[in-house]
Amino acid sequence: MSAGWTREQMAARAAQDIPDGAYVNLGIGIPELVAQFVPEGREFIYHTENGLLGMGPQPTEEERDLDLMNAGKKHVTIIPGAAYFHHADSFSMIRGGHIDVCVLGTMQVAANGDIANWSTGAPDAIPAVGGAMDLVQGVKRIFVITQHTTKTGDPKLVEKCSYPLTGPGVVSRIFTDLAVVDVTEDGFRVAELAPGINFEEVREKTGAPILPPK
Amino acid sequence: MINKQYASVAEAVADIPDGATVMVGGFGASGSPIELLHALIDHGATDLTVINNNTGNGEVGLAALIGNGQVSKMICSFPRSSQSKVFPELYRAGKVALEIVPQGTLAERIRAAGAGVPAFYTPTTVGTVLAEGKEVREFNGRPYVMESWLKADFALIKCEVADSLGNLTYNKTARNFSPLMCMAATTTVVQTKTLVDRGGIDPEHVVTPGIFVNRVVEVTQPIHEDVLIAEGRSYP
Repeated sequence: MSAGWTREQMAARAAQDIPDGAYVNLGIGIPELVAQFVPEGREFIYHTENGLLGMGPQPTEEERDLDLMNAGKKHVTIIPGAAYFHHADSFSMIRGGHIDVCVLGTMQVAANGDIANWSTGAPDAIPAVGGAMDLVQGVKRIFVITQHTTKTGDPKLVEKCSYPLTGPGVVSRIFTDLAVVDVTEDGFRVAELAPGINFEEVREKTGAPILPPK
Repeated sequence: MINKQYASVAEAVADIPDGATVMVGGFGASGSPIELLHALIDHGATDLTVINNNTGNGEVGLAALIGNGQVSKMICSFPRSSQSKVFPELYRAGKVALEIVPQGTLAERIRAAGAGVPAFYTPTTVGTVLAEGKEVREFNGRPYVMESWLKADFALIKCEVADSLGNLTYNKTARNFSPLMCMAATTTVVQTKTLVDRGGIDPEHVVTPGIFVNRVVEVTQPIHEDVLIAEGRSYP
């Protein structure tokens, strides 16, 4: 077995930190996997910002309804007790602080909790923000799941984001393939190391000062 | 006696003028009023400003309206997707303008217009490039950005059941922006899968009250955008 956590293990580790009964919004990509790893004895209710509370798993071909999708425009199902609502109500749940946890992917996250996950700022890029800026400002706790570095080995945990911000100072905890990292008043601090990973490796691959586990 | 029924989608959009601002319901393919959009393509109004969360998919519906050169500006939160090709090409060629608005702010600006509230403060975009040039004010020690209402001349909406007074219900997540857009447009045009007489919808189940709706057209077998794209169709 190679060292570090897989995508599924990162998602499972994040799920451990979501309390029973939480209303949860999951971003696209690895965050979607969190729903597969709900700890025994807990229930999470999933919100999807296009207008559904009580989102269930992907449908079978027979179950599929073209008018029932999530914010990533994938077809979904509902659980008993689900509710539909329009966008103003949906974003009232977000901005009004009614959603407990949001799990997002990211391009960069900074030591002060800044997150940049909507645009590279490249001149020819077509900007597309969706609900990301609403979520990071409104949801009570913002978790990030991300590989510790980019495909080319650049750190994604940085001193200061070079990409345009989605929101300043909003992230509380980061789950990477190498470690669980908290954003504290003193900057990044490792809360937990993945199996087979030592602190020195995490420090080398982090683009900002980082404190060892307490 | 009030009856908001129109005989055809063509009649229902016939007076949309060049230069109009048009809200289009839908989030991706769900709730997209394909028949009304195709009627607007046939009608031919140009220089439109269109408000929708996205910019359409494939070469049907909203994407076809843009591709037909009828749209000069899009106001949306997420203008690209795996199946959107028309808008990105025309945008890069400088043929259509873009105003990018966060999704929740877009919804609230539309709701505010319908509710008669000219502006509001939101935490969304604080500290980002999308707040540049906008008023920021502190409430209880936290900064908020001022955003203004967003109105339209027309709204094109798809619903599930309508009565002759314009009371509406929707299907699942096809509801999305539509109830807000019904409120915010001067003239709201609705295509419904089922049209019932007044009293045919339980008042407890009405999602959009008929006061926000001006025209209702029955389209009994609406084509879903996903189906058209899967079949590789284009319009016209």
